[in-house]
Amino acid sequence: MLITCPYCGPRDVVEFTYQGDGNRTRPDPASTDLNAWNAYVYDRVNIAGDQNEIWQHSGGCRTHLAVTRNTLTHKISSVRSTHAEPPAPPKPARKKPRAKA
Amino acid sequence: MAETLSPLDTVLRAGRYANTAAKIGVTLSEVSPGSIVQVAAWPDTEAKVLEGIAKTTKLKLGGEPGAGAVSGNVAAFGIAPGRFLVISEDEGLADRLLGAIPATVGSVTDLSHGRTAIRIEGEKAEWLLAKFFAVDFSKAKFPVGRGVSTNHHDVFAQIQRRTENCFEVYVFRSFARSFWKALCHGAEENGYEVR
Ligand SMILES: [Zn+2]
Repeated sequence: MLITCPYCGPRDVVEFTYQGDGNRTRPDPASTDLNAWNAYVYDRVNIAGDQNEIWQHSGGCRTHLAVTRNTLTHKISSVRSTHAEPPAPPKPARKKPRAKA
Repeated sequence: MAETLSPLDTVLRAGRYANTAAKIGVTLSEVSPGSIVQVAAWPDTEAKVLEGIAKTTKLKLGGEPGAGAVSGNVAAFGIAPGRFLVISEDEGLADRLLGAIPATVGSVTDLSHGRTAIRIEGEKAEWLLAKFFAVDFSKAKFPVGRGVSTNHHDVFAQIQRRTENCFEVYVFRSFARSFWKALCHGAEENGYEVR
């Protein structure tokens, strides 16, 4: 498996460290909501398909990366530095002008 | 500055080894640069850090990944976003860099005693490196001056092409002896010289 680091280019997976599910949101550190902390620590969606993950290029530039990997095929569809802005959501397709009746 | 003790002292012996019948294509040696310094920019100060490096060393680095330069007894290359390794034969480079790069611009870390620099030279240098690292070292993709951060198993390595047929590899000093031995084994089939 190759991961294309935005700085280093395509590199073998042995240079990277898996840092887990990229979908989790850490509750406010002051939060005492046990359910929210339980969900943060234990709940995983375990997707069969495209999954958001965090990896670190630990054997290279050491950047933390937000990676979208297909858990069935290992195909990686996107990689960006976690410092980079997430891509804007796709613009809604223009509505076709309705044919006049 | 305190004298640097080499972790290779007990294993580095000059001579020709292994397949000496073959044309010796690679020479291994230890370089002992007076200074190895890491410079890191803050998120918005990379251009100023590059200015500081240029002011101190006269080396002009592009900001693109792995870009580097070699001139006289100084060399530098990009090792990560906003981070650069600067090497000089002279001691005291960290202090000179600090003069040009105050804490508001970036951080300067003296790694001189923390890294061991190994020189791999000769027409088989690319061939030997390719045995250890999954990186394209061809001249087209990896021209003189260019650098890379990579690893061989758990041995983290930063590598720069110094001349057409010469590379320098910077490894953590605690891994240096083991890595040196591995390099020697890798070079055996073609014969190698240690200087
Ligand atoms: Zn990288």
